[in-house]
Amino acid sequence: MLRFILRRLLQMVLAFFGTTLIVYALMFAGQGDPIQALAGERPVTAAQRAYLTEKYHLDATGVGGFFYRYANYLGGLLRGDLGQSLTGRQIGDILAAAWPVTVKLALIAMAVTILVGVTAGVIAGIRRAGVFDHATLVLTLLVLGIPTIVLAPLAQYFLGVRWPIFPPTAGAQPSFWALLLPGIVLGSLSLATALRLTRTSVSENLRADYVRTARSKGLVRRRIVGVHVLRNSLIPVVTFLGVELGNLMSGAIITEGVFNIPGVGFNLFRGIRTEDGPLVVGIVSVLVVVYLLSNLVVDVLYAVLDPRIRYE
Amino acid sequence: MRVRRLAAWAALPLAVTLGLTACGSGGGGGGASDPDAAVRIEIAEPQHLVPTNTNETSGSQVLSALFSPLVDYDEANKPHEVAAESVTSSDNKVWTIKLKPGFTFHNGEKVTADNYLDAWNYGAYAPNGQNSSYFFEKIAGYEDLQGEKPKAETLNGLKKVDDLTFTVTLTEPYVDFRTMLGYTAFYPLPKAAFSAPGVLAEGYEQAPIGQGPFRMKGSWQHDAKVEVEKYDAFPGQQPKVGGVEFRIYQQPTAAYADVLADNLDVIKTIPTENLSTAATDLGDRFQQSPASSLQVLAFPTFQKEYSKPEVRKAISMAIDRDEITKSIFKDSQQPARSFVSPVVAGYRENTIGAAGAFDPVKAKAMYEAAGGPKKIELSYNGDGGHKDWIDATCNQLKANLGVECVGTAEPKFADLLTKLKQKQSVGLFRMGWVMDYPSMENYLGPLYSTNGSSNYYGYSNPEFDKLLAEGARAASADEAVKKYQAAEDLLAEDLPVIPLRYGQNNFGHSTKVKNVHVDLFDRVDLLKIERA
Repeated sequence: MLRFILRRLLQMVLAFFGTTLIVYALMFAGQGDPIQALAGERPVTAAQRAYLTEKYHLDATGVGGFFYRYANYLGGLLRGDLGQSLTGRQIGDILAAAWPVTVKLALIAMAVTILVGVTAGVIAGIRRAGVFDHATLVLTLLVLGIPTIVLAPLAQYFLGVRWPIFPPTAGAQPSFWALLLPGIVLGSLSLATALRLTRTSVSENLRADYVRTARSKGLVRRRIVGVHVLRNSLIPVVTFLGVELGNLMSGAIITEGVFNIPGVGFNLFRGIRTEDGPLVVGIVSVLVVVYLLSNLVVDVLYAVLDPRIRYE
Repeated sequence: MRVRRLAAWAALPLAVTLGLTACGSGGGGGGASDPDAAVRIEIAEPQHLVPTNTNETSGSQVLSALFSPLVDYDEANKPHEVAAESVTSSDNKVWTIKLKPGFTFHNGEKVTADNYLDAWNYGAYAPNGQNSSYFFEKIAGYEDLQGEKPKAETLNGLKKVDDLTFTVTLTEPYVDFRTMLGYTAFYPLPKAAFSAPGVLAEGYEQAPIGQGPFRMKGSWQHDAKVEVEKYDAFPGQQPKVGGVEFRIYQQPTAAYADVLADNLDVIKTIPTENLSTAATDLGDRFQQSPASSLQVLAFPTFQKEYSKPEVRKAISMAIDRDEITKSIFKDSQQPARSFVSPVVAGYRENTIGAAGAFDPVKAKAMYEAAGGPKKIELSYNGDGGHKDWIDATCNQLKANLGVECVGTAEPKFADLLTKLKQKQSVGLFRMGWVMDYPSMENYLGPLYSTNGSSNYYGYSNPEFDKLLAEGARAASADEAVKKYQAAEDLLAEDLPVIPLRYGQNNFGHSTKVKNVHVDLFDRVDLLKIERA
């Protein structure tokens, strides 16, 4: 197991540099005029242009320029310096401020998904074709059908403004209560998927041979469902949830914007809009690490859940 | 056994979440009706908080709390002295600025002439890369501070007379110089702002020290807020609130929801999608006031198809401004038929005359007689919410001129400008203008003079340039206006752009504040606002 994890960690280093290279190249290729983008619709003076061009090596273009700037960036990265965004702020500082709030938001979303989604999925799976099953089917289809960009403002309007149960926006240092609504909105999509996945998996396993065996041995129903069925049913769900954790962090762009949470998605959106290459690459690099780590955790969890899976 | 372990895992994220969030301060909440409590105003993340580097509205809103300008503008948008005792000149070339005594910076330093000279020299020095550096270009010696290795480090047009007096010598007489001094770039900086002469101290920007009615409370919390509190030693007019919390929003819709819930006090610009319901949502807390912006459709006059003024006039006559302002903008903007905004002295209604009157029959006849192009392209930046009115305009041109018309979205305004600089064919394109200071010249010089910084149309008229220069040299503001008006008349004949709409501030506030005013620069008047 330890060797497996070590090998994976080494692969992750390669994957990390590969992805940053690709993202950096994409950002580099897609760049129009970042100085003008930063200024919006105002004219940029020659002095200002010259200053920023020199500071960010924006005159280094073409293939040679790309490698020059990428090498520069990597050099800084290896020294633990993520560089400066085009507005002059340290990207490290921006990320340090943005991550905690996004992690909180993602964890709330995750908790909502697991608590509500998996529980309801198990119940629906056991009582297949019952009232509960049908009700959740309709509900999940509804949630899956409404995109976040619609769901988030609706939730904000009805639960924040019309019936002020939650504060309409969360801000930079939100309380748990303020983060709950955006967390539920963010988690609702994966909640629906997790629920459908669990339900199918449970109802399938309920008809498996080992359940029949357990039943004929005279085991109580609670033990059959709780130990045998649940454990086997969770494998696909855990895979899904592991990938989803990364999605929740990067996918918070819309939710964080609507609820004014200055997290990772919020900054990523701004970086893309203002063609702030260094900022975008910095955020994406960290997202890559999150994906890699959560995938590793999922793989390790497999072995725990299913004794047939062993890593050498 | 295993089940229990699983349950533990499932519970882990929840426990971590609860633990993490418990750390976050639960505070906030609506402060009761304490008159000294702060009012909460929406801004976007400022780009910079150094006066000479700030040229967007969020940053200048914060700086307007921390600094007091030399001059400010009254109801009629004429300048009057605030931090200055007097701004005088006998020839409009050498200006004497006397400061009012008694002003101090928030760290206790006395405000002297040196503070202005240091700040302006810093702003004008090209290697400092300040955004508003061009505001100093009229001052003698500016050229020597440009380039990668400038010849000088200070403007030789700035001279200290005594502690509270200094003179500014311009390269050319400029009648509106006193008006210009109200702009953000002309604030002073304390000695504490510099770590060495001409070098801004690291960290000054995170907690700027000014000489205005409010001082920083803590430092700039990026992406979250900037808090200021009343500065009791301020000798000028004291504000009626104890402080201001400038809350940073990425999306105006979030701020709007917060105003509806009384969670935020002022939103300066109500998002377009909420405009139609704002009057019912907010009642009389939804307000409008004039803004300085002007939206136009511009012609690439360097292209053959659009080089004839008749073609340009015919297109202008084929557009029904009133209809678009009403149906698309829900009267949040006003139809425009002049090149300058109604907010400046010297504005005259309808200077483009017949070209501004909607007359499809005459337009078509004129267009065909002048041989206008069969296909018209309208370019705009897709990130600014312009699609609706561009499409409506296109439909009007199709119906009224019998031409083909397409709207082409460029991803960003910058992309559009890049194409224009390379003289690529983009057809007609949209342009907007927001003034720097209330003067007709600011609407004419940068946009239409031959070397104007924002002249993307290739328009060049020596007579126009001459009138503008004469206006700047005029002995009095009134005489200058006459010259500027004559210049505007020339524009009306040539019509390099079609004026379409004047902007308007559409703002709203919560039930917890009153006396909310938004000025021409999209800033809330912090001296007037009160808690309800």
